[in-house]
Amino acid sequence: MPLKRSITIEQITTVVIGAGHSGLAASRCLTARSIDHVVLERGETANSWRRERWDSLRLLTPNWQSRLPGYQYDGGDPDGYMSMREVVEFISRYAVVAAAPVRTHTTVTSVTPTDVGYTVTTNTGVLRCRAVVLASGACNVPSVPSLAQALPPDVQSVTPFDYRNPGHLPDGGVMVVGASATGVQLADEIARSGRAVVLSVGEHVRLPRTYRGRDVLWWMDASGVWNQRYDEVDDLMRARRLPSPQLVGTPERRTLDLNALTAAGVELVGRLAGVRDGQALFSGGLRNQFALADLKMNRLLTTFDDWARVHGRDGDVDLPERLEPTRAPSSSRLNLDLRKGEIRSIIWATGFRPDYSWLDVPVVDHKGYLRHDGGVVDAPGLYVLGLPVLRRRKSSFIHGAEDDARELVDHLITYLSTTAYLAT
Amino acid sequence: MAMTTVNNGVNVQALLDAREALKGAPEAAKFTWRASCKWQNGTHSKTKVQSFFGLGQEQQHKTETSCEADHPEVFASEDHAITPIEYVLVGLASCLTAGVAAVAQNRGIQLRSVESKLEGRMDIRGILGIDSDVRNGYDDVKVTFKIDADASKEEIEAIVAQSQKRSAVYDVITNPVNVTVEVA
Repeated sequence: MPLKRSITIEQITTVVIGAGHSGLAASRCLTARSIDHVVLERGETANSWRRERWDSLRLLTPNWQSRLPGYQYDGGDPDGYMSMREVVEFISRYAVVAAAPVRTHTTVTSVTPTDVGYTVTTNTGVLRCRAVVLASGACNVPSVPSLAQALPPDVQSVTPFDYRNPGHLPDGGVMVVGASATGVQLADEIARSGRAVVLSVGEHVRLPRTYRGRDVLWWMDASGVWNQRYDEVDDLMRARRLPSPQLVGTPERRTLDLNALTAAGVELVGRLAGVRDGQALFSGGLRNQFALADLKMNRLLTTFDDWARVHGRDGDVDLPERLEPTRAPSSSRLNLDLRKGEIRSIIWATGFRPDYSWLDVPVVDHKGYLRHDGGVVDAPGLYVLGLPVLRRRKSSFIHGAEDDARELVDHLITYLSTTAYLAT
Repeated sequence: MAMTTVNNGVNVQALLDAREALKGAPEAAKFTWRASCKWQNGTHSKTKVQSFFGLGQEQQHKTETSCEADHPEVFASEDHAITPIEYVLVGLASCLTAGVAAVAQNRGIQLRSVESKLEGRMDIRGILGIDSDVRNGYDDVKVTFKIDADASKEEIEAIVAQSQKRSAVYDVITNPVNVTVEVA
């Protein structure tokens, strides 16, 4: 029986998967080096910024830091923080400016190795290519701990992907699990809406919004901390899995640490260690979590102070300061009965993970992480962008894509040129 | 800075090597600790500890340790030895202290002395069944370290914090654990 339509297999040198800031930065670098490529996007450009973020979210980085290869923020509020609508505009405009060959509404269903590269299958067709750049993001799936399965049925489980604003939560108290940027922002917003909020705090990264009169991310940038390379980081595995810093982008540049949440009426409890017979059980180790985060923050601030002194910048900034240590509650609850109606919903601010279920290349370890060396994946011609501390501490921030994309495209071009004769 | 050899008596290199080796062999990392207890009389018992399982095979301590426990005379016992709940303080103190030595060694910090005092507060109305709202065990445990070392106060605080972060006994006290008690 004849086929209704023949399957055409398209040949192209490089396929970039994902049209977010990373994929578009890679595209810009590939174009600059005259490498023919396409950028495949399951939705529209900047898709996850459009669909997988809550209403009030703003970037953690100030506008002046929003830059991509050949492109930068040129608006009138360099110290502000973009809303999601503005981020989508910023990235979509980049796709146009960079003339990126984006194919929207094209979902990759599999990537399989061939003798000379990869076969990329999508919902619209098949491509054969020599190299693939994975730029599909680090936050495809919210990580929800397995203990969520033990929740009583009348407590609603909510992920940051489901959450839009406090009005969408069921009436009553809310428990937020995790004190990352997501966790502290949601706990704050929900408490301000008049709800009782319990925040379960495990390992976290405390940062002031401003330090010595400057945005703390100005310090990260200027002092070179953000530029630290992945092969210079002491414990890379830990650095790559660290929760996001407790920051929020607001016009008043306020600090949103645990002391600010305590002042806003949020109840702090220890790490959620289990759910047993409808009881949430919290760790009694809260004080040490505070001590660790305070010590690490102070070490970082000392690094900034040392840099300012050595580089003669003390005159450009205010005097050194130290924040009040995190105030421990006189006694924190060790358990909470989830059957009594005090808590009606639980938000899992417990991180995200990438989804590589469509990647039929044996490069994913038993914990679901890609095996790669600074973005050069453990398979010929396969690259990844946009993961935490991929090549530098700044890698997962928008402006972090620039150096990473340029270096990985350099590597990709060397790979293509040294294997070209084998491909014939 | 002058180079000096830091020696807290901890073979950190062996620990780091083990950490690397066990990354690729998660089965070998599974240990089972054991104790065997025998009732003596009254509230007095003797517990012996020697064998354990780890690195994929049976292991033995060099010698068997025997630990006696009893209750004090104010509990109408004969006070042959310390109470079981005091053993929890022994475990916590020795675990955190070992951690302090190992972390200091790893960070190149010479220790001269490490002392700690522990206090566990407990309301005995719990174990006596007087008030069901009072828990049986400690409701508050306080550890105070006094450390003399070639390090700043902040570095010492960081060592103590890291020691808690990697302590098995601290973990098992602060977090719930499944306990199964059966009659054979």
